[in-house]
Amino acid sequence: MIKVILARLQQKHRTMTYPDGAPPPLPDRFRGRPVIDAAKCPDGCRACFEACPTGALDANDPARIDLGKCLFCTECAHACPQKAITHSNNYQLAARNRSELIVARERQAVEVVGAALDAKLKKLLGRSLKLRQVSAAGCNACEADTNVLGTVGWDLGRFGIQFVASPRHADGLLVTGPVSKNMELALKKTYDAVSDPRIVIAVGTCAISGGPYIGHTQVNNGVAALVPVDLYVPGCPPHPLTILDGLLRLIGRIEDGVRKG
Amino acid sequence: MNDARPELAMLTNGQAVRRPSIPVLSFEAFKQAILDGVAARQRVSALFGAPSPLPGATRLYVILADDEQNLLFAGATDIEGDSFPSLTPRCPQVHLFEREIAEQFGLRPVGHPWFKPVRYCRSWTGRDAWDRPPDQPILPAVGDFYRVDGEQVHEVAVGPVHAGVIEPGHFRFQCHGEQVFHLEIALGFQHRGVEEAMIGGPSPRTIHYAETLSGDSTVAHTTTYCQVVEALSSCQETARAQTVRGIALELERLANHVGDLGALAGDVGFLPTASYCGRIRGDFLNMTALLCGNRFGRGLIRPGGVGFDVDDARLAELGRRLDAGEKDTSVAVNLLWSTQSVMARFEDAGPLPRNVAVELGMVGPAARASGVERDVRRDQPSGIFCFSHIPVSSCETGDVFARAILRWLEIQHSISFIRDQLHAMPSGAARVPVKALAPGSLVVALNEGWRGEVCHVALTDAQGRFSRYKVVDPSFHNWPGLAYALRNQEISDFPICNKSFNLSYCGHDL
Repeated sequence: MIKVILARLQQKHRTMTYPDGAPPPLPDRFRGRPVIDAAKCPDGCRACFEACPTGALDANDPARIDLGKCLFCTECAHACPQKAITHSNNYQLAARNRSELIVARERQAVEVVGAALDAKLKKLLGRSLKLRQVSAAGCNACEADTNVLGTVGWDLGRFGIQFVASPRHADGLLVTGPVSKNMELALKKTYDAVSDPRIVIAVGTCAISGGPYIGHTQVNNGVAALVPVDLYVPGCPPHPLTILDGLLRLIGRIEDGVRKG
Repeated sequence: MNDARPELAMLTNGQAVRRPSIPVLSFEAFKQAILDGVAARQRVSALFGAPSPLPGATRLYVILADDEQNLLFAGATDIEGDSFPSLTPRCPQVHLFEREIAEQFGLRPVGHPWFKPVRYCRSWTGRDAWDRPPDQPILPAVGDFYRVDGEQVHEVAVGPVHAGVIEPGHFRFQCHGEQVFHLEIALGFQHRGVEEAMIGGPSPRTIHYAETLSGDSTVAHTTTYCQVVEALSSCQETARAQTVRGIALELERLANHVGDLGALAGDVGFLPTASYCGRIRGDFLNMTALLCGNRFGRGLIRPGGVGFDVDDARLAELGRRLDAGEKDTSVAVNLLWSTQSVMARFEDAGPLPRNVAVELGMVGPAARASGVERDVRRDQPSGIFCFSHIPVSSCETGDVFARAILRWLEIQHSISFIRDQLHAMPSGAARVPVKALAPGSLVVALNEGWRGEVCHVALTDAQGRFSRYKVVDPSFHNWPGLAYALRNQEISDFPICNKSFNLSYCGHDL
């Protein structure tokens, strides 16, 4: 027993102060929201579009990146002769609508981030949100960095958010993976087992669009093909901070970087 | 060197050979070569189908690993018609490979003792080994399961959606009271069609397939893929790149082993270690992110070397974090061994005897915990592991305790290894250019991922594109070991047994 107590002292208090305090430091090579300097784009250049493995760039307007398809692999940035694409360290990527995930030249200045649930849902779920996680052909990276939110460092429980063992106990689903054909029925049944009102959160590029598996006959190109999605969290996988930021915005605990309620 | 089987081609890990040098044997000779090899303590690293130049035929390839000689043996045979005699009754470790061949190519292994699909998907050839109607959907895990009948015998079905934040799979237990008579594991829910999509590559997506074959083994799978490409393009990555890859591979092992020990502690209700290790796992993932910006190593391993170079300041920072991680891990993990309630749950739970581990062809920590000393880093080394050796740990008891303490031994070795590399970083380029791939070739690349042997086999066509790309994740070898370990255990011990193996679903389902 004394060893347990000594170990407890050695390990210290580790829960981060975010969102009251600063977010945990991100690695200097972290690849967050891409920034495009469209003024640098030469006419007719499609180098970035051709380099992209998932078609996240627009063939006709390369200065548009769909974060819902982006793997943050930087192939576009490497391919660009003008170095017009850079990746910022902005981790705030989650959005309520699929269309808000498109980084476009006309929207460079306004970074759209996820808004809160409507007043009625927020009243119901804002202080207690129980989620059932469904991995639907996820590669286990998104699952791992969702799971990490439950560890002492992140302590998701302090926001009233918790992963539960049964859809019957849940207010919504957090889905990862492109949704393989072989998980289609299981996902639908799990969704049906959650009582209304319910929400769905798609975590990771696969869950949003299929990611590297876009177009495979074995997958569904993401969650929205089967059930309505309330929050999209892009990334391959998204950093835990990106997922947490999305969840806290969804329940209205942070807004424009300021803590609420 | 090897007189017993002159008929198989001899090659080494990461060596590209021209396809004509791989002998195409009669089925009898092919079968005998496999049986003789396994009898001589070789093991089946891969057994798979591929298109044959003969019309209507399927060519089977086998890759045998001879760990004692640091050699690989490859051979092939053409199967005409829609069946072949199963080797499984005499060589159990090929049982899933044969089911996979049946599923992908519609070839029936006649005499297979448990002939079921692996991933529940359509074949690549249009021919179905189970004669399932083409107009009806194939549903995963639907079909007959092994069943025990009798008074008070009952069946417990779990999954595909599990209680935790983990991947999907279906487990079917035959129980008598609390006692498990038999466990059958049905997977395939995670099937994304990667091997099929690799054909015709490399394409811009290929590296991302490699990175997501199994997310927690990104470095192991991507390194193996890059070694395939480098062998086929006669490209030699620099010692510097090899060293960074080796550091990343061991960081991946550290993060997962530490996480597993925490999860094992959590599954027996010992929360101190569970809490600490959950957090420390993140510290190791963040060390990988220090190298490349991504906690799973995405973007780090690239054909020709590494996508991110290191500098002295970064190495010094990594060294500092490694020291802190070592101290925290040591305190957190050593609590396990001095806590009797933990040891009472770990010891004797889910034993896998050595002979069974050998027969099933187990790899990685699950094999080493049962006294089967196999480690690609020592037996078939590539890259930095040719020059810098890691001691191989093993245990004898094959129970949950053995699989737990083995991880702790490997954690300590990996930390020392990384520390050595930090102080001996060779100079040179981080990445060198890769040329076009050699046509008409075969290459086998192996690496010891944290779960065990990661095996990639590539065949190229006349244009140097992949005509077949076979991936064997260590989980493919090891899932049957978990099923075996559950026999005569209490069903309530399933979580710790499962966690002590911690196998990949998507790595199996690809």
